[in-house]
Amino acid sequence: MSGMRAVLAHAFLGHLVQQPGRALMSVLALALGVALGVAVSVVNRSALDEFGRGLRTVSGQADIEVRGARGGFDESLYPQLAQRPEVETVSPLLEIDAKPLGAAGEGGGALKLIGLDVFRAASLSVALIPPPAQGTGRGERTAESARAPGLLDEDTLYLSPAAAQRFGLASGDAIALQSGVGSARFRIGGLLPAVGAGQMLAVTDIATAQWRFERLGVLTRIDLRLREGVDAASALRAIGADLPPGVFVATPAQAESQAARLSRAYRVNLTMLALIALVTGAFLVFSAQAVNVVRRRAELAFLRAAGITRGALVRWLLLEGALIGALGSLIGVPVGYALAALALRLIGGDLGAGYFQGAAPALAFDPWGTTGFVALGIAAAMAGSAAPAIEAARSDPALALKSGDAADSFARFGPVAPGLLCLSAALAIVWLPPIGGLPVFGYAAIALLLIGSVLILPRLARLLFARLPTPRAPWLALAVLQLRGAPHLATLGAAGVLAAVALAGAMAIMVGSFRQSVDVWLSQVLPADLYLRASRAGESGHFDTAEQVAIQSTPGLARIDFLRHQSLLLDPALPQVALIARPLTADRAALPLLASVTVPAGSIGVLASEAMQDLYGWQLGQRVRLPLAGREIEVVVAGIWRDYARQHGAVAIDLATYRTQTGDMRVNDVGLWLAPGADTAQVARALRARLPADSIELAEPGEIRKISLGIFDRTFAVTYALEAVAVAIGIAGVAASFAALAAARRREFGVLRHIGLTRGEIARMLGAEGALVAVLGVLTGLATGTAISLILIHVVNRQSFHWSMELVLPWGTLALFGSAITLLATAAAVLSARAAMQVDAVRAVREDW
Amino acid sequence: MRAVLIAALWLASLAAGAAAVDYPVVRPEVSIDLPRDHGAHPAFRVEWWYVTGWLEAIEDGKPVTMGFQVTFFRVRPGVQENNPSRFAASQILFAHAALSDPRRGRLMHAERTARAGFGLAQASEGDLDVRLDDWSMRREGAGDGEAILARVAGRDFAYDLRLLPTGPALLNGQRGFSQKAPDPRHSSHYYSLPQLAVSGKLTREGRTLAVSGRAWFDHEWSSEYLPETASGWDWIGINLADGGALMAFRMRGKDGAALWAGGTLRRADGRVEALGPRDVAFEPQREWTSPRTGSRYPVAMRVRLSTSLGPLVGELTPLFDDQELDSRRSTGAVYWEGAVVLSTGGKELGRGYLELTGYRERLRM
Repeated sequence: MSGMRAVLAHAFLGHLVQQPGRALMSVLALALGVALGVAVSVVNRSALDEFGRGLRTVSGQADIEVRGARGGFDESLYPQLAQRPEVETVSPLLEIDAKPLGAAGEGGGALKLIGLDVFRAASLSVALIPPPAQGTGRGERTAESARAPGLLDEDTLYLSPAAAQRFGLASGDAIALQSGVGSARFRIGGLLPAVGAGQMLAVTDIATAQWRFERLGVLTRIDLRLREGVDAASALRAIGADLPPGVFVATPAQAESQAARLSRAYRVNLTMLALIALVTGAFLVFSAQAVNVVRRRAELAFLRAAGITRGALVRWLLLEGALIGALGSLIGVPVGYALAALALRLIGGDLGAGYFQGAAPALAFDPWGTTGFVALGIAAAMAGSAAPAIEAARSDPALALKSGDAADSFARFGPVAPGLLCLSAALAIVWLPPIGGLPVFGYAAIALLLIGSVLILPRLARLLFARLPTPRAPWLALAVLQLRGAPHLATLGAAGVLAAVALAGAMAIMVGSFRQSVDVWLSQVLPADLYLRASRAGESGHFDTAEQVAIQSTPGLARIDFLRHQSLLLDPALPQVALIARPLTADRAALPLLASVTVPAGSIGVLASEAMQDLYGWQLGQRVRLPLAGREIEVVVAGIWRDYARQHGAVAIDLATYRTQTGDMRVNDVGLWLAPGADTAQVARALRARLPADSIELAEPGEIRKISLGIFDRTFAVTYALEAVAVAIGIAGVAASFAALAAARRREFGVLRHIGLTRGEIARMLGAEGALVAVLGVLTGLATGTAISLILIHVVNRQSFHWSMELVLPWGTLALFGSAITLLATAAAVLSARAAMQVDAVRAVREDW
Repeated sequence: MRAVLIAALWLASLAAGAAAVDYPVVRPEVSIDLPRDHGAHPAFRVEWWYVTGWLEAIEDGKPVTMGFQVTFFRVRPGVQENNPSRFAASQILFAHAALSDPRRGRLMHAERTARAGFGLAQASEGDLDVRLDDWSMRREGAGDGEAILARVAGRDFAYDLRLLPTGPALLNGQRGFSQKAPDPRHSSHYYSLPQLAVSGKLTREGRTLAVSGRAWFDHEWSSEYLPETASGWDWIGINLADGGALMAFRMRGKDGAALWAGGTLRRADGRVEALGPRDVAFEPQREWTSPRTGSRYPVAMRVRLSTSLGPLVGELTPLFDDQELDSRRSTGAVYWEGAVVLSTGGKELGRGYLELTGYRERLRM
């Protein structure tokens, strides 16, 4: 029996070794799919690990965290919590996103500054506590080192090694951080060597942070450690029940998963794109293996005649596929890690989407993701091999040995019911709500749509080709007759085209629609002539009343809109919601409203973004409660607006109302309308003269739009790359299947030569076949792609990012794309025909006789 | 004279900005006014309230003897004084407690630190009332009802003690002006309450015991304590068996020789005698080497005093040897502080506490 196995191993696996070229395309396509999947997974893992490390650096040994929105909460909560019987240690924290000014700030981005009470944090966040001054020992410390600044000294901060490196600073250096539109000067007291290499942060005393950043009386977070023997879950409930509105408790693990949730939808979508590459890879394996079993018909029939059972044949062919998948994975994994390393270095852990600022992740080992994609690679190859294996086992060995005609191969793969079933299932599940905030059913519907389309393709081909008129030119007539006679063979190639065109087309439609909608949206939300803002970096930049007066008294301005950005924490399990206070009464047109109602007299109306509907179930006209300045106020949802800037939700409230409710008079952004005849440059100069020039930014809407669309394109750059790979794999599959089919039909070409067709005519015949098949694939692909794009827009995007968009069909691009695919397929067919006809006609005919 | 000064080491690593602040100078003409001076003196740089003593209890039917120490320490680091934040660290409180249980064979200790404020940590002016989270030391009542209440809760032990004065306050040095070095600017305001009758509860290893005993209370405040040239000090506070009290110290230079010394002796009849640098000598008799830090401490000493009634010589014997306090992981301080017996010719003269600092490294204030 072992001898038999050796023969079989030689027949199947040896085939791969002897003719590696035939399997090479499949192996490479799968390698690429696995590589992309592993890369995306590893980058995500690295970014999340680093992000988690960052959170754990701060939370340290804490059992419970009390957090509010970015704007913070009143510090009186600190003694209240400290005096609770279940609490052992309480560490108050003020976290600020500060912007370094001057040379240090060039291109460096924001710095996460943590104001802490060293006495309280010492036992909870050890890594954030500066080590004792260096020296040979306390006893031998010199007068100099004893006088080194400490954490309690005025205006001293400590940097993580990564931040020191990023900003080029060392112990003793000075750094200016933006505070309001002024700056607070700090001295670097030293480094925090225990903070991980990927963490960009600075630590200062909590009193210094409150004072220098004008946040007196405010904390953003309190970490708690419970007494021994206290039940964490009941303490969490008890403490949570006593907190003011907008402040919540969570365990560090909950906080971490909540933070990971910020970017989860984006990460899942990237993973899905990587999977697309694998799916197209599977189609390539299908084409290659289908052609392979046709080519090896006689050989396989011989094995069957020699006593190999059908089951054994299927198993060996599946093993062949598994081997192709394993080889692809073997190449794909290291390539994936290399790609991940490159991506982390060049574009960062969020792949350009801006989710993980302040962390510079190191490449992480991702055993689950890696194993998962290796398994998927092998599974894809086996799935691609399954149908051809079954087909090979099905054929009658005697017949196959004798005639050797491949024309009836795959004829059985024609029933239309499974395909229709897939399509109807897709239509049914697409309406289901997301699971855990993820559009699971959307993705499933896309997969079903794709599978269903491929399954009904043979029937479509038969219908279509049967209706084609028979042309007069013999080569063209032969092409049409061939397709009519064996439509199932032609659909092997068309399936690859369909998959590639559908996926690429769907992405093109979705991204095109999105970009167009964002473009329109940008011009709606940027109606002013000039925009002024206090700083790019979070809340450390703002304009106080004095600066607002200075802006108002600047000549040449017709209208001024002040904007205040705050955030709200409405649900501890969800990311923070943006609160935008701006003049709303004058014209609501400043926000792209989708629907609105009149607010009952005496009520406060707010405008909610679409995400508020999806995430919090807010309805138009509904009364909801907002935590403002430690109190809850009741407001009415007066309108729903579209917001592409904040996927976790935004609420707009009238600035005057906000000020009455909170007493907060600061603003962050200013929209400026010029008086008739005023000159932009002149007004900008006047503003710069009145305000500290190095901590304000002035921009015209055009620039902002350009920058915003730039960010959009950068975010989708990875998408484009993955899409291009899918298309490349798809086209490679088409070319491979045509080449192989042509080779399998050498006998037929011989006969055609005998009955008088020229080589040119045969080439033209094959070209025509290729073109017709490609047209079939492109048309069905575009139809499927359009359907998929609708799912992407209305289900996947809506459920992932909570924004709607207008469908825009980029006809030109799609037409160009379809023609290019058709041309490529035709060229591939012609080239493969040429190669096949290198063989002498007589020998070709005699081959099997 | 207190080892908890070592916390200053830690503070030195947190703040160096003291130079900008004018601290009040300790002057001999300022007299101590009780009970007002039981309270805090926040303008001075450092201040402490310090209790050491012996505890007796019955455990499993057998008598047990232990030493205990609890200190509240206030420091004005001279930073953030203009900062309007309620977190401004202009006053910092540190509390430290230890238990010397011979059965355990080494010290158990616990500590708390916080900046004053938010009602969580404070040292009141006007009378003794110092709190740090759930730790506190305060005075209540007057006359016969007067008592100091001390309460600490660490991970390994907790106690809640009531300390009843049995006599008037003992003013050290010149009516409470205690010089620490040849230069009189190194001095402190310093008084003691010796012979405190102790009662209360002690919890350790999950068991609560009723305890009684004798204790010694010190209150001292200063702005400039240690001279640059000092490497450490030896200190004793002994409740004498006849009802008297003895405090003595020496400040050691880098060569180990005494830079300065002093003390106060109260006799059983209540007469108080101040001892000067030539009146006090410490003579090491036996050294003990710490297996943890390698430091060598003269745990047994001979104390030689010249008093107006003639020389007084006594031998100090520790309750047990390993009463080293190793807080390298927090304040960084390493010193020896433990319960000792003072005896002469095998006859017990009194019981109290011995403190040995600077045997590992020089202390900096």
